[in-house]
Amino acid sequence: MENLNLFVRSIFIDNMIFAYFLGMCSYLAVSKNVKTAFGLGIAVTFVLAITLPVNYLLETYVLKAGALKWLGPEYAQLDLSFLSLIMFIAIIASMVQLVEMFVEKYSPSLYASLGIFLPLIAVNCAILGGSLFMQQRNFPSVTSATVYGIGSGIGWMLAIVCLAAIREKLSYSNIPAPLRGIGITFIITGLMGIAFMSFLGIKL
Amino acid sequence: MLSKKNKEILLGPLSKNNPVIVQILGICSALAVTAKLEPALVMAVSVTAVVAFANVIISLLRNTIPNSIRIIVQLVVVAALVIIVDQVLKAYMYQVSKQLSVFVGLIITNCILMGRLEAFALSHKPWESFLDGVGNGVGYGIILVIVAFFRELLGSGTLFGYQVIPQQLYDWGYQNNGLMILPPMALITVACIIWVHRSRNKDLQQ
Repeated sequence: MENLNLFVRSIFIDNMIFAYFLGMCSYLAVSKNVKTAFGLGIAVTFVLAITLPVNYLLETYVLKAGALKWLGPEYAQLDLSFLSLIMFIAIIASMVQLVEMFVEKYSPSLYASLGIFLPLIAVNCAILGGSLFMQQRNFPSVTSATVYGIGSGIGWMLAIVCLAAIREKLSYSNIPAPLRGIGITFIITGLMGIAFMSFLGIKL
Repeated sequence: MLSKKNKEILLGPLSKNNPVIVQILGICSALAVTAKLEPALVMAVSVTAVVAFANVIISLLRNTIPNSIRIIVQLVVVAALVIIVDQVLKAYMYQVSKQLSVFVGLIITNCILMGRLEAFALSHKPWESFLDGVGNGVGYGIILVIVAFFRELLGSGTLFGYQVIPQQLYDWGYQNNGLMILPPMALITVACIIWVHRSRNKDLQQ
């Protein structure tokens, strides 16, 4: 129940895009048509679902203050949390590389459709942001970290697919010249954010 | 020191080639930290420092980095600089560092950094790269400060935490606009800046 609540919250209320603006760069750049937006959304969800549990284990058993106790009592004083940024980004970069090789071997069609997006995910703020929020919120178990990862990935995908659908229709409308392209995209995202605020307070 | 070309490198990103509103890079943090002026300013200074020094380091290393692993090398250099900034903020400005929360760490994945390192530092000399980094950092900072100015003024009636809208106005029935504090208004404020900027620079319109 706890996890279901976390799942719904991470999709609708703590949405990566509308509440924290994470992954905006690729969100704005890749939302020109629904098909590629969907592919990128799948890839982001996939990578978040893998990196969050791995980073959670790393945080709990290596980086947190006193986390190295399992090595012996003399390690109990150590606090390696200042290293967490560089460790997280290293894990993310290598996981993305692994996922890329795996997908290339077992599903060449998915690999071809994701194309350049897969390696670029390593520098997507949403992925590192997920890990940093995980660190801040002290999740009780590795399951809830995974649920949070999948949920925020799906929330991100929902946002980018909606925006891509609106932008496809938008090409038929007459927008003031200075707002054309990126300006109107910002305004639409803002309005979508206001719409998503109506989910505030949902609790299961 | 500052030849005509270098001046162009330094001043170009302030308006014509602004990283946020023209190149559309580094939006995430530009929007998330701008509810108040103080964290926005601290963020702008941090990003400027990181992008300038990362540019210099990568530019010094540019002939020794193998092409196939350059992304990892760039990430490591940037992550090391961000850790330094993070620790300095925690030591000297704890309150602001708490407000910025994860967004200091997210400087690592700020697209401005990767964009400048890829597009500029890998093919230019250290001094020029430094100027480019400072220019882009300041260009990013200007937008942050403009957005934060309007959001803090209209949203809470303060600037840098000081009350600027007189009490008298509140007595006459003036209200703070709570919507300005919420995330979506940051997007709309940036859209307005883009609107004004593009109607002055017709060549940027699509």
